[in-house]
Amino acid sequence: MRAAIVTFPGSNCDYDCAKAVTDVLGQEACYVWHREETVGDCDIVILPGGFSYGDYLRAGAIARFSPIMKDVLRFADEGGVVLGICNGFQVLCEAGALPGALVRNRSLQFQGERVRMRVENTSTIFTSEYTPGQILHLHIAHGQGNYVADDATISELEASGRVIFRYVDADGNPTDAGNANGSMNNIAGIINERGNVLGLMPHPERSIEELLGSTDGLPLFTSLVSHLTTAGHA
Amino acid sequence: MTSYIAEVHITPRAGLLDPEGKAVQSALRSLEFDEVEDVRVGRLITVRMSADSESGARASAVDMCRRLLANPVTEDFEIVLRNDG
Repeated sequence: MRAAIVTFPGSNCDYDCAKAVTDVLGQEACYVWHREETVGDCDIVILPGGFSYGDYLRAGAIARFSPIMKDVLRFADEGGVVLGICNGFQVLCEAGALPGALVRNRSLQFQGERVRMRVENTSTIFTSEYTPGQILHLHIAHGQGNYVADDATISELEASGRVIFRYVDADGNPTDAGNANGSMNNIAGIINERGNVLGLMPHPERSIEELLGSTDGLPLFTSLVSHLTTAGHA
Repeated sequence: MTSYIAEVHITPRAGLLDPEGKAVQSALRSLEFDEVEDVRVGRLITVRMSADSESGARASAVDMCRRLLANPVTEDFEIVLRNDG
């Protein structure tokens, strides 16, 4: 698997993503500067976390017009695998590759903390190595992660199993108390209709080694490696 | 060509929870402004531009809002246009 990791001015999780792909998974990764016009020869594009353009205007609003985004959207349209983490999720929503938007946290504060989230759908290329209903401990680090969409979009996401991750409480239930940031229906991550573009606010790349306190993010990456290996891209 | 200033007022879409507005509202209440019924917090963006006419300036300001300045999922916008000088 060869991953293209896009670096915007203000990205700060690009190295973490590259380390996950190379050191932990033993796969290939390359950085693609946002002013490039092509993602090159890759099997997956990762839009990493950070604060592209200082989150000016709205998180992801300006990055979505970076030259590279035209090719990222072309890659996604052709069925290429795209993973947006945190700021990457915000960029994908702003770009229209995923529905809805991410607004300021209910707390009005930047939140850097460990949260619980439940895997809602394991029939995707991103989650096949999780077990249904598995509870994950991952970190969030964002000020604008509160997922909102109109009622029709929420119904559509729910009905089609496109809510992939949901914030839950200590008992594993998606209660208000377990909702990390006020997201509608406790949504932490969603997938597009075709199933090749996933966005989530928590950081799987920060939970891939025991040293980091959790390996709950690892199956997301190994799911992708399995998928791409089967598809003949390894 | 005439110079115009477009004041773009962006507010959280009606009906959408506005936690910042709620926090300000509760602070005003604690200052005993009991008359306060609702507070919404948004942004003001001023754009200076040249255009052939007022309608041309307005049309391009609307286009700017739709494509970049406002997020149609979460925000409403209103444009106040005036001559610059």
